[in-house]
Amino acid sequence: MSPLLEVEDLRVTFQTEDGLVHAVDGISYSVDIGKTLGIVGESGSGKSVTSLTTLGLTRARNTKIEGRIMWDGEDLTTAPEDKMRRVRGNDIAMIFQDPLSSLHPFYKVGWQLMEAMQTHREISKHAAHERAAELLELVGIPDPRKRVNQYPHEFSGGMRQRVMIAMALANEPKLLIADEPTTALDVTVQAQILALLDDLQSRLGMAIIIITHDLGVVAETADEIAVMYAGRIIEHGSTEQVFHAPQHPYTWGLLKSIPRLDTVRNEELVPISGRPPSLIHRPSGCFFHPRCPYVREAHRRIDPKLESVAAGEEHEVACLLPPTVRSRIWNGLRSGASPASLRHLVTEEDQVAAQPLVGEVGE
Amino acid sequence: MTRYIIRRLLWVIVLLVVVSAVTFVIFYTLPSADPAALRAGRSPNPALIASIRHNLGLDKPIYVQYWRYVKGVILHFNFGYSYQFSQPVRTMIFQRLPATISLTVGAMVVWLLVGLPVGIISAVRSRSLLDRFTMGASLLAISAPVYWLGLVGLYLFANDIGKVHIFDGSGTYTGLTTNPGRWFGSLLLPWLVLAASFAAFYARLLRSNLIETMSEDYIRTARAKGLRERRVILRHGVRSAITPIVTVLGLDIGILMGGAILTETVFNIPGVGRLAYEGIINADLPVIQGTVLFGAFFIVIANLVVDIGYAFIDPRIRYT
Repeated sequence: MSPLLEVEDLRVTFQTEDGLVHAVDGISYSVDIGKTLGIVGESGSGKSVTSLTTLGLTRARNTKIEGRIMWDGEDLTTAPEDKMRRVRGNDIAMIFQDPLSSLHPFYKVGWQLMEAMQTHREISKHAAHERAAELLELVGIPDPRKRVNQYPHEFSGGMRQRVMIAMALANEPKLLIADEPTTALDVTVQAQILALLDDLQSRLGMAIIIITHDLGVVAETADEIAVMYAGRIIEHGSTEQVFHAPQHPYTWGLLKSIPRLDTVRNEELVPISGRPPSLIHRPSGCFFHPRCPYVREAHRRIDPKLESVAAGEEHEVACLLPPTVRSRIWNGLRSGASPASLRHLVTEEDQVAAQPLVGEVGE
Repeated sequence: MTRYIIRRLLWVIVLLVVVSAVTFVIFYTLPSADPAALRAGRSPNPALIASIRHNLGLDKPIYVQYWRYVKGVILHFNFGYSYQFSQPVRTMIFQRLPATISLTVGAMVVWLLVGLPVGIISAVRSRSLLDRFTMGASLLAISAPVYWLGLVGLYLFANDIGKVHIFDGSGTYTGLTTNPGRWFGSLLLPWLVLAASFAAFYARLLRSNLIETMSEDYIRTARAKGLRERRVILRHGVRSAITPIVTVLGLDIGILMGGAILTETVFNIPGVGRLAYEGIINADLPVIQGTVLFGAFFIVIANLVVDIGYAFIDPRIRYT
């Protein structure tokens, strides 16, 4: 069975006054029917651009899009605008980070839901209004018949995100892209929204792409996880693999910076030092090397490819450290050792660059 | 809402009382020609001036004069009699109103028909050649004073003195009910001249509002729904970007209804604005007072209408 959505070597660059921005730099992934893919990365890692490009929403004079996005036998990077419009909100729907600003403040919630339906199908006003109320009920909004006639400002943040989800579901999409769906919400509400998405998926059978900077968000919901850094996928595997045998130092950093309640000792949180790289003037070699605690001289020159961790395995990583060293470092980190204390594992393997750790230099 | 409107209307009355008092004080404290002397003819003698002064009530203390005036307005809706023409000011203003309304409404139609589409297109095609051209032209239109533009228009295009005979010239105003065709022809050039700066201002205002609105998250939502770009712009973008324009429009209409003094004077249109001008020239206090009060009335009412209208345009606004 071929995947629902297949992205192949996608590259998106923006020409700006400051230079060429490499927002997405040759990424490939696929999503199967009914499955959930989590795309994880910091802001500016290209995760949102990827999904907006899938919907044809990054097309502009200063944008160059290469590669292929295969959907239903057609390449969405080159599909005509007419075709894209039929895909948007119909086959593929999207919800956004900030539900407070994502709904039009001047139109009633019901009107906005009806518009979503009437754009893609012949449906009477009355039937659309009925269905709008049903959708609100489906996403767990109490008193939907009254709420449907209210304006967005009369809803709380979490309720507005439910409205956004209802709107995305209006045409029963095959794929739902959720771009940071919980970032702007309270922690308790976050869990509710994630549970709702999970529940809706099992009931409606749609595939979901969850884009987030928070590995915690995808831990429960995703089947597969792709970690993005500076416009590239640097690690890709099943949720199980990424959480239990992470391979990339950046992924380790993400995992170690999540507070955990289930660990025995009072483990210290270890932030990833430094800042995300500029997408205009990108680092040489491995893009992560300026922030990597385990950097070697060669990493500044050689650009790693995304390769299978072991032959025939689906788990892929783009890292120049030898697999054995990687697993020893992760085991050390897991038992609470600091990145600096594990650096000798790299030294034993090879001559390390005679430079201090990024973490020691200080910002 | 009702309480809000009542409260605002009470303020309107307070405001009009203040405006009329200020006009009175200004008229008496600032140096201006003595109305009685102006009417005493070529060889005035003190006795004649004194008797005119007495007839016009000018010999009474200023607060007595003001009290009489206010009493007349409130009890009888009587704005006094023109010193110059001995006619009731109320009648004079009502006679002049149709011309002012014609000029204002016609010009508004022109500036909205031009300004809004230009603003939308410039915003959508922002930084294009078309955008640069229209925004450059609009800067010129805003900078050109209306009396200058009016005179140039007459000099170039008027039937009588113009280089090319296209429009009716100055002083050809005809009432709508008298002859609709002549009415339209006589007002066409004044409409265009008066509308020019407004159209330019509205185009620029809508353009900048719309550019800002189009980067809002809800516009991205509208696009992600699969709407046609046309609908995204008009139903979602313009819907938000137009709200500040409604405010400005209300105030502009209020101001112009009080008299477009310059335009009416250049084109010799017998409107309220020119009446005010004539009143000033003739030191005709009741006429000045009446036209100022009318102007103030239109402005505060326009303000009120705009504020109430806002509650309908923007559902987030509620008055209590």
